[in-house]
Amino acid sequence: MSQDLFFQHLANGISLGSLYALIAIGYTMVYGILRLINFAHGDLLMMAAYMVFYGMLIFSLPWWLSVILAVILTAALGAGIERVAYRPLRDSPRISVLISAIGVSFFLENLGTVLFGGRAKAVYRPDWLAATHEIGGVSIMTLALVIPAVTILLLLVLSYLVYKTKTGMAMRAVSRDYDTARLMGIDVDRVIGFTFVTGSTLAAVGGIMWALRYPQIHPFIGVMPGLKCFIAAVFGGIGNIPGAVLGGFLLGIGEIMLVALFPDLAGYRDAFAFVILILTLLFRPTGLLGEKIAEKV
Amino acid sequence: MILLQMEGVGKNFGGLTALADFNLSLAPGELVGLIGPNGAGKTTVFNLITGVYRPSEGRIVFDGRDITGLRPDLITRCGIARTFQNIRLFGNLTVLENVLVANHLRLRSNPLEAVIRWGRYQAEEREMVAYSRALLEAVGLDHLAEEEASSLPYGQQRRLEIVRALATKPKVLLLDEPAAGMNPAEAEELMDFIRQIRKDFNLTILLIEHHMRVVMGICERILVLDHGLTIAEGSPAEIQKDQKVITAYLGVETGA
Amino acid sequence: MGKITLPRSGLYSLVAAAYRREPKRWGPMLTGAVILCLLLFIYWAGRNFNPYQVRILNLIGINIGLGLSLNLINGFTGQFSLGHAGFMAVGAYTTTLLMMPPAVKQMNFFMVPLISPLDEIQLPFIVALLLGGLVSALMGFFIGAPVLRLRGDYLAIATLGFSEIIRIVITNIRSVTNGALGLKAIPAYTNLWWSWGFALLTIFVITRLIHSSYGRAFKAIREDEIAAEAMGIGLFRHKMLAFTLGAFLAGIGGGFQASLLTTIDPNMFRFILTFEILLIVVLGGMGSITGTVIAATIVTILKEVLRGVEAPMNLGFISLPGIPGMRMVIFSLLLILVVLFYREGIMGQRELSWEGLFGPRNGRPERGVEA
Repeated sequence: MSQDLFFQHLANGISLGSLYALIAIGYTMVYGILRLINFAHGDLLMMAAYMVFYGMLIFSLPWWLSVILAVILTAALGAGIERVAYRPLRDSPRISVLISAIGVSFFLENLGTVLFGGRAKAVYRPDWLAATHEIGGVSIMTLALVIPAVTILLLLVLSYLVYKTKTGMAMRAVSRDYDTARLMGIDVDRVIGFTFVTGSTLAAVGGIMWALRYPQIHPFIGVMPGLKCFIAAVFGGIGNIPGAVLGGFLLGIGEIMLVALFPDLAGYRDAFAFVILILTLLFRPTGLLGEKIAEKV
Repeated sequence: MILLQMEGVGKNFGGLTALADFNLSLAPGELVGLIGPNGAGKTTVFNLITGVYRPSEGRIVFDGRDITGLRPDLITRCGIARTFQNIRLFGNLTVLENVLVANHLRLRSNPLEAVIRWGRYQAEEREMVAYSRALLEAVGLDHLAEEEASSLPYGQQRRLEIVRALATKPKVLLLDEPAAGMNPAEAEELMDFIRQIRKDFNLTILLIEHHMRVVMGICERILVLDHGLTIAEGSPAEIQKDQKVITAYLGVETGA
Repeated sequence: MGKITLPRSGLYSLVAAAYRREPKRWGPMLTGAVILCLLLFIYWAGRNFNPYQVRILNLIGINIGLGLSLNLINGFTGQFSLGHAGFMAVGAYTTTLLMMPPAVKQMNFFMVPLISPLDEIQLPFIVALLLGGLVSALMGFFIGAPVLRLRGDYLAIATLGFSEIIRIVITNIRSVTNGALGLKAIPAYTNLWWSWGFALLTIFVITRLIHSSYGRAFKAIREDEIAAEAMGIGLFRHKMLAFTLGAFLAGIGGGFQASLLTTIDPNMFRFILTFEILLIVVLGGMGSITGTVIAATIVTILKEVLRGVEAPMNLGFISLPGIPGMRMVIFSLLLILVVLFYREGIMGQRELSWEGLFGPRNGRPERGVEA
């Protein structure tokens, strides 16, 4: 592979990886606080993408307004799911909540089919996003630059939120121990709700950028990115935000490089993430940056 | 003769030392108490003996066999059974089923024989049920055999946990705070119960307990742990007089 | 769920009185009578039902077997697996490739030829089925060995991962599986006797196993792994036993399904297939055999009935367009509602039993002997 080509793939991988990272954060935050694989997280991407699509097409809103509305509505949807399908199960076995999450995921996908139809729709990509630039022999679409930029921006906001604000502190406290957090006067339900709002916001942005990157939407577009980003979160160390970012980037770059280096394996592209998942679970269940949790006997 | 021996056993969790240089020799038939303040490392000793934790250092020998780092189920098969500080019964199973589960390690039929119920399985099942019922009867729980374990009152759950451990036919029984949460009368009853099973089943017992009346009443020898270190060992009378033990329990007065 | 109260009159009180006098004798006799009635019904249905109804009846039988095989792993042993679609795929493909006549194979593999010796093999259905089950069990063994060390949701996601890997591999090894094109014109051997034979055999094996010492060990693991291990139960060995047997039965179920539907392709074996079986298990009650049997019947029939909402409807004065996806919306809502408001499902961990139906009411009616 020539150097130029390598950098081309790398740029591609970074752009995909930053999308993964963005979505993985939502998984990791929810898992950190509820110990729940939020299967429905991936489907929020799909919902956000459709909202923008319909906002612009049916309601003829300007793109920026559609995006803002979609993000707000998706955040509300995420929080609503938590309220309806997860909160009543707070004291139930974790597996019950997991089953509920699986149910919600299939519900959203099929609700999407009912509401938007099962056929894929082409997404309009503004010219300025689709324009390509020559940078040092590598041709890059504006979008491929915008995605990492947006990701980094949101990461900075999130880091401020989690590590510098009182709410962030409350979130970290709740993820350690509900009861203690409650004793400290933290409204656990509110903090969990807020976590879902934050995670869903990131998912919405991720979904919209996903739809621009692969300019086609259908009710099941959220499934694979959803599973892969959960894997990225596990790979990085579940519950750990920098870990999710690292996992997302590594997974994205790895996936692109796998296909670039071994074109014969292109068909196995989607299996790559699952292989990473299984290797992680077996050899380093805590992930790259995770902490060890031991069960008390 | 020594039945269970721990030599220089230590356990670290990350940087934290839960137990250091622990030595213990149990002779057959002994009843030894293990006491110490909360977090002293008593349950860690049990978890090390039963293989829940792997020792960071040292060696555990049972009945002439090195069992250091062996899997918990294999250690139980060797003849060491335990109860848990926070009761761990199989809540949704009946009292009888709880005891039957502890017979499973002696089952020789394979799953196919168990499904077809040809040959030895039927006989083995009958034997397991008979033995379990006999055990329950011996400890006065037989009338509750068909009840769900989780529906039993607290004291009887503790008792059932001991019976369940007995059903594995152990040589050594490890009891983790069997009198926890009991009133003096119940504790008294429990002491009798422990004496009784010790005699009937030829047991060697290692006992963790906070109830000093129980410990002092039935143990021949007591080890005292504090912060992972063995600070005293001796007869109940000796322990009661030991200055280090008193300090560990009451704390040191500083600045006085 | 409350106790089931039946009208205490006529036949009921007659049977109940007989049963109460000699439960040991009447229990098996009643079970035999039920099986006999079922066989008679199948015989009658085979002659009188239309092909569509027969197909539903076949699907019920197969789904009972599949539901039980997943319940064995998830409900009785407490190992939450989401890998069933993968095992069914392995079973379906293995069975199909072993029994399909060479000429049909040639027709299917027109893009990439099927590798030798598979292209010439044609085995009897029953042999192909058993081999399909065995290959699936082998797969279960190799997947279970690493992943059964994981717990709870990690196990769930790892098994889901393996199931997806299986599907992706099947899509890619075209010289064996014909890739995304799938296999068509699979010989339609599955009939009511096969599918209900599978259901009855599965019920028999799982009931016997669950009520044996091994079953108690499974349940002990479900209740508390650490305590089970302390009682001398080898966790790995028993989890593997449940998982591998589950995979075996899932593989056979997949084989039956392939021969019932007569076409298979990798897309059939997506996560949604596992979802459908999971719905049966959760609805029936995780850890109840009779619950799974009831739920498999309900879900299978419901799935066909609800086909109506997806097809365009003409009511004479108004014609309603079909709503694609509505069926799964209802099913997913059903799953959520069950988990939220009815966590035990239909039966919880209880079983319908003669003791429960006819036994003395003052005892513990919901916990009788096995049927």
